[in-house]
Amino acid sequence: MTTKSFGEPILRKEDPRLVSGQGRYLDDLGHDALAAAFLRSPHASARILDIDVTDALEVPGLIGIYTYEDLEGRVAEPLPLLIPHPALLNGRTGYPLANEYVRHVGEAIVMVIAEDRYVAEDVVDLIKVSYEILKPVVGIENAKAAHNAVHPSVPNNVSAHSVKEVGDARAMIESAPHKLSLDLFIERSACSPLEGKGVYAIWEEDSQELRLWSSTQTSTGVRAAVAAKLDLPLQKVECIAPDVGGGFGVKIMHPWPEEVLIPWAARKLKRPVKWSEDRREHFISSAHERAQEHHIEVGFDEEGRILGLDVTFFHDNGAYTPYGIIIPLITSTQLLGPYKPASYRVEFTSLFTNTVLVIPYRGAGRPRGAGRPQGVFAMERTVDAIAKYLKLDRTVVRERNFIQPHEMPYDLGLIFQDGRPLEYDSGDFPASMAMLKKMVGWDDFETMRSEYAAMGRKIGIGVACYVEGTGVGPYEGGFVQVETSGRINVATGLTSQGQGHQTVFAQIVADELGVPIEDVFVTTGDTRRFPYAVGTFASRAAVMSGNAIALAARQVRDKALRLAGEALECDPQDLEIVDGIIRVKGDHTKSIALKTVAVLSNPLRYAFDESAKAATQFAVGDTSKPPVPEDQEPGLEGKDYYSPMASTFANGMHAVIIEILPETAEVKILRYVVVHDCGRVINPMIVEGQIHGGVAQGVAGALYERMAYDESGQLQNASFMDFLMPYSTEIPTVEAGHLETPSPLNPLGIKGAGEAGVIPGSAVFASAIEDAEGFEIRRMPISPSELWELRRTMKENA
Amino acid sequence: MNPEELFLVELTVNGTPLSARVPARRLLSDFLRHDLRLTGTHVGCEHGVCGACTILLEGKPVRGCLIFAVSVAGSAVTTVEGLVNNDGTLGVVQRAFHESHGLQCGFCTPGFITTIHAYLKENPHPTEEEAREAIAGNLCRCTGYQNIIKSVLRAAELIDSGVRDDH
Ligand code: FES
Ligand code: FES
Repeated sequence: MTTKSFGEPILRKEDPRLVSGQGRYLDDLGHDALAAAFLRSPHASARILDIDVTDALEVPGLIGIYTYEDLEGRVAEPLPLLIPHPALLNGRTGYPLANEYVRHVGEAIVMVIAEDRYVAEDVVDLIKVSYEILKPVVGIENAKAAHNAVHPSVPNNVSAHSVKEVGDARAMIESAPHKLSLDLFIERSACSPLEGKGVYAIWEEDSQELRLWSSTQTSTGVRAAVAAKLDLPLQKVECIAPDVGGGFGVKIMHPWPEEVLIPWAARKLKRPVKWSEDRREHFISSAHERAQEHHIEVGFDEEGRILGLDVTFFHDNGAYTPYGIIIPLITSTQLLGPYKPASYRVEFTSLFTNTVLVIPYRGAGRPRGAGRPQGVFAMERTVDAIAKYLKLDRTVVRERNFIQPHEMPYDLGLIFQDGRPLEYDSGDFPASMAMLKKMVGWDDFETMRSEYAAMGRKIGIGVACYVEGTGVGPYEGGFVQVETSGRINVATGLTSQGQGHQTVFAQIVADELGVPIEDVFVTTGDTRRFPYAVGTFASRAAVMSGNAIALAARQVRDKALRLAGEALECDPQDLEIVDGIIRVKGDHTKSIALKTVAVLSNPLRYAFDESAKAATQFAVGDTSKPPVPEDQEPGLEGKDYYSPMASTFANGMHAVIIEILPETAEVKILRYVVVHDCGRVINPMIVEGQIHGGVAQGVAGALYERMAYDESGQLQNASFMDFLMPYSTEIPTVEAGHLETPSPLNPLGIKGAGEAGVIPGSAVFASAIEDAEGFEIRRMPISPSELWELRRTMKENA
Repeated sequence: MNPEELFLVELTVNGTPLSARVPARRLLSDFLRHDLRLTGTHVGCEHGVCGACTILLEGKPVRGCLIFAVSVAGSAVTTVEGLVNNDGTLGVVQRAFHESHGLQCGFCTPGFITTIHAYLKENPHPTEEEAREAIAGNLCRCTGYQNIIKSVLRAAELIDSGVRDDH
């Protein structure tokens, strides 16, 4: 028997290439291409008065300088608003190059093309732009106050407003035995993949075709956007995502201005052009996420059961809304997590500020969380507050509010981001909690606390739960083809940024087709190989493409068995495929290789190879019909799509034990425990790796990383020197426990896992810090100096 | 303005003498990547913090983005490409990364591999804590480091068991 690889920790097929320096990331391509560099706004809000290029024109090696005035046709129009929504009253997008106004530091104003990047940057330095500086809007408070406008045509800086209600939450809170209110804040952060963005374009003048590489999470999206902007038939544009050095959300946005401008320049100049983003550019012109301010009113009974929950929050969407208002929409729908308050009301207002635009960051990305960390923070802080008020154990209050397994599928009465009713398909929350408590030693923690206290050390424990909608539609497709050499080609349109797709999709195909995994070769994110796709975000790749590829492989299997049945003169039902050989079950003397069937599947049989020679002994086909009968196609290949009725919901619970140093208020992580349920697991090694990476981003977001804008809209920490991305010394060893509640919604029973680690980060640390210190934690991330300051004020007030 | 003056820079890279004429300001990382076309060395920040550009200069790990190519002319440089065994199989640290799932997107990986390769020569039997310290100068956004630490320990184990490593 071919051993099943589904569920096994198969080592990754992509690794040998990547560990030996043979990866090909964007900037590894196009060494001879012209290089682009951008002059970007140094001001958060300004009017451009003049651009003087006199000195710049003298630089040897300069090819061209372009401002908004030079852009042509649709390239000069505003960038598209990708995801409109009825609640998005005032959507605004920027131009590829600023048209008179700049609205955040980092907005591109001039594009320079030169023989190499060093020269292009020299030219940028010599261009003089004069500005009329306007008063910027920075931070949610200023945006609300609306003394200044980000867009003069948008009243009160409000881009969107939405109210959703399930039951009459306000009345329920009013009549509840107990009430609490909380104000909760989360600051800005960013995905920060180690590789920035980048675009490389080749224009073929003879055939009028554009070939384009982008470090993107959606090559199909970029292709369509660029074709539209350059007024080219889709046929004439191909887009390839090469190896991508991390995404986490920021590379799902499209088209980025550079994705339009670089191909435009390549066509104009009839020469290959490349742009690779540098780190500062990434900080000030790629997307951020997370800044939200929440006000919560909650009513509950003696037992801690939530009777009414009313959440009002403000979201900082930056200067433009090309990606719509997906983040606050996700916060508003996913906030409830595993709980079932008797009534729920959520109202949000999305606000423009003169800062970089936002995009779902894991927690919706690569795999990692959008809008969810904020929602979980708000919900979990609320549950902890209830527990504290009633003097109940925090896990008990959680358990009392959990949706129970017998209530699945559970309709929350809301509409999810995919426009469909929010209904949890499966999950066993009490079991997850029981496992978590056992693993972390929740019930024995007070003993541990006293032991540490006796040594003069202060520790705390935190807990947080989340539910994550994964496998969001509308669809993905898969293509599977058997070559006569026995090589199996698999393609899917979505992209990879380190999720091990070449391995997990090969595992699926190896199992479905009964072939060795070594024979399976997977291509992702190349529109030449599979032109229809949505993209990699929101932990959807494994669910969507995994199922589509499985369905395509099943088509291939059916066809192979049918042809083999004809060749071996037996019923396909009696055949099996083992190690690439189709044979009669129980009679292994009658067999034919899958690759030989690949030859038989094509009536045109030139004997190019051994398989073709082997095929000559078999006869297939009905001589009373044409060589390719009406409902058939030549070749042994299959293509299928998977389009789910609804998202599938993964869930997880985290616990952390921390120690806080008495003098410095530094937080040290003693243990970090994760229990997660992402349905059937294709490759546990890869899923666990995703969790480790997610937890690291969760820790980073809770204790280290933030976007430090000053009041004039300057990002104060736009380098790895100042933005505290954690090193190995800051990240704990994760202890992970797994539950597998298969999803009933898809053929493979899988759910997404990419964002599992990151979502409850801020919530679980706030819970633990509050437990250790005894005072409320309402704002994350928290630095040692902030915690120290908080301690001091608490002491003074006491 | 005059075109920039070019300088001949000759290096021994992964045992092979290679050269190119470049301006004085060409970074060593760019020289390797774009002039010599050895793109295994990556660039994640260009300000010396992330470690993705780490290469071995006369066997010692250095940041290629902080050095001008002209200033090391005549030296011997090892990049991640040069840590592959002569028969084309993976070097021991590379193999350990594969076996321990020490990489996801792989962008940071070359910098870790060169760093760890040099570290294990100095300290062939690190404890887990030492392994954590050994990689504490490199950034990775994907893995949370846990499996990179595992890779360090696995590489040490492989070396002990006498697995082939040519470098
Ligand atoms: S690129 Fe050299 S340290 Fe980051
Ligand atoms: S594996 Fe992606 S940055 Fe380390």
